[in-house]
Amino acid sequence: MDIQKIRSDFPILNRKVNDHPLVYFDNAATSQTPQVVIDCIVDYYSNYNANIHRGVHSLSQEATDKYEQARETIRAHFNAKFTREIIFTSGTTDGINLVAHGFSGLLKKGDELIVSALEHHSNIVPWQMLCESTGANLKVIPMNDQGILDMQAYNELLTDRTKLVFCNHVSNALGVINPISEIIKKAHHVGAAVLVDGAQATPHIKPNVQELDVDFYVASAHKMCGPTGVGMLYGKEQWLSKLPPYQGGGEMIAEVTFEKTTYADLPHKFEAGTPNICGGIAFGAAIDYMNEIGFAEIHDYEKELLDYGTSELKKIPGLKIYGETAHKAAVISFNLQGIHPYDVGSIVDKLGVAVRTGHHCAQPIMDYFKIPGTVRASFAFYNTKQEIDTLVSAVKLAQKMLS
Amino acid sequence: MTIQEIQNEIVDEFSMFDDWMQRYEYMIELGKSLPLIEDRYKTQANIIKGCQSKVWVHAELQDDKLVFTADSDAIITKGIIAILVRAFSNQSPQAIIDADTKFIDEIGLKEHLSPTRANGLVSMIKQLKLYAVAYQTQLN
Repeated sequence: MDIQKIRSDFPILNRKVNDHPLVYFDNAATSQTPQVVIDCIVDYYSNYNANIHRGVHSLSQEATDKYEQARETIRAHFNAKFTREIIFTSGTTDGINLVAHGFSGLLKKGDELIVSALEHHSNIVPWQMLCESTGANLKVIPMNDQGILDMQAYNELLTDRTKLVFCNHVSNALGVINPISEIIKKAHHVGAAVLVDGAQATPHIKPNVQELDVDFYVASAHKMCGPTGVGMLYGKEQWLSKLPPYQGGGEMIAEVTFEKTTYADLPHKFEAGTPNICGGIAFGAAIDYMNEIGFAEIHDYEKELLDYGTSELKKIPGLKIYGETAHKAAVISFNLQGIHPYDVGSIVDKLGVAVRTGHHCAQPIMDYFKIPGTVRASFAFYNTKQEIDTLVSAVKLAQKMLS
Repeated sequence: MTIQEIQNEIVDEFSMFDDWMQRYEYMIELGKSLPLIEDRYKTQANIIKGCQSKVWVHAELQDDKLVFTADSDAIITKGIIAILVRAFSNQSPQAIIDADTKFIDEIGLKEHLSPTRANGLVSMIKQLKLYAVAYQTQLN
């Protein structure tokens, strides 16, 4: 991997923040955008901006082709069986809500849903709302101090009342990779469906939905070098056919009369209204870009960054890392003893280092560790060891100023 | 001293520093001189919402003047609330209601003024003023 060449693909990496070169370690919140994706967005609005699927004119046809090509790119990337199993969404949260809404008619009182203790609020709240409206109950797979899920407890939670299990592929707060393959297999034994939140996994891992045999898989473009406001939902055809439409509107219908409307076939049944056309096309370009670099290469390089960052940060006395396991993505969540993460984040920002501080929308995890939050440095394939050195010096300075 | 005079004094103190680090160090120092809130007032109701760190503020009327005590679990936030308490405490509720907060700009903390900023400086100012409005109503 030619890191300098890769860095030159990202114009934002040249800018300064607070008079220091930007060190961007908030990739788990959103990734930066390479020039090819920016160009793709400019090209769309400059050359073939048109509404899709309806127009007979050439521009509309061109935009439709590109949009559907992007859907095919996504299908191939996730190795779905059919392109119609890929639904464009506004992002991961939207995809989760679509499935939760769909299940509201399929659940009855006393049914059970299982969620992992490592979830983002977006993979907790929609299900709580679903439980409130259907009378189903929510059960939680506990975790241990390393942020590893207790699979024995999971086995015991699974019963014939279990209808749905949801879990993130990679934890956003700790970076831990969850054993989703095993989670899926066991859920299927009792006839439950599984939704995997891939928002934090997809920047680092190329998931194979057929091999995983997962029922639903959701992700966001903006975490994998694409634009914000667009994402994908993969659903097995048998499930997507069973779920009712999410929103009503144009695009999602076959025939409309005031007496009755028949819905369009998959995937359009779930895509009401004019979609984020440009975003969808740029999502495809982002996936192409990442595949050109190669996920195996990305994995190896990020592992190097993770190992280096972990060992350098651990040299700082009083620094504690949360969720330190062998299986994790390039995310380091830590605290300095006796110092609030917010203080650390404020000081390192002054040196141009962007990290996330707080509870990372995962308050149950913070409650488990009895901490108000953590400082989270999340790496991408365009980061360098030199940048990690800057982070380490900045954290040391913060410790000196704040102790 | 009036609120304006105290604010001018704070601006003068901060003008001695040439870089952010000195300003932050001074802010941290000021945090240590904050009149601390009594533990019994560190309740959920006294937490200022909109801050990533916890900030508790208590207000009571002493001889028609409003006296603030506060605390925070983050050091920088504690410095920020200390600056505000210094500027607004021991003043009449009406003076607090009428006071402007332009001095925050002048001491180089402008970046903290954005309403979306996680430290909630804006929420803190709003809360101090809300106390003033409440006590002013009581006095009338």
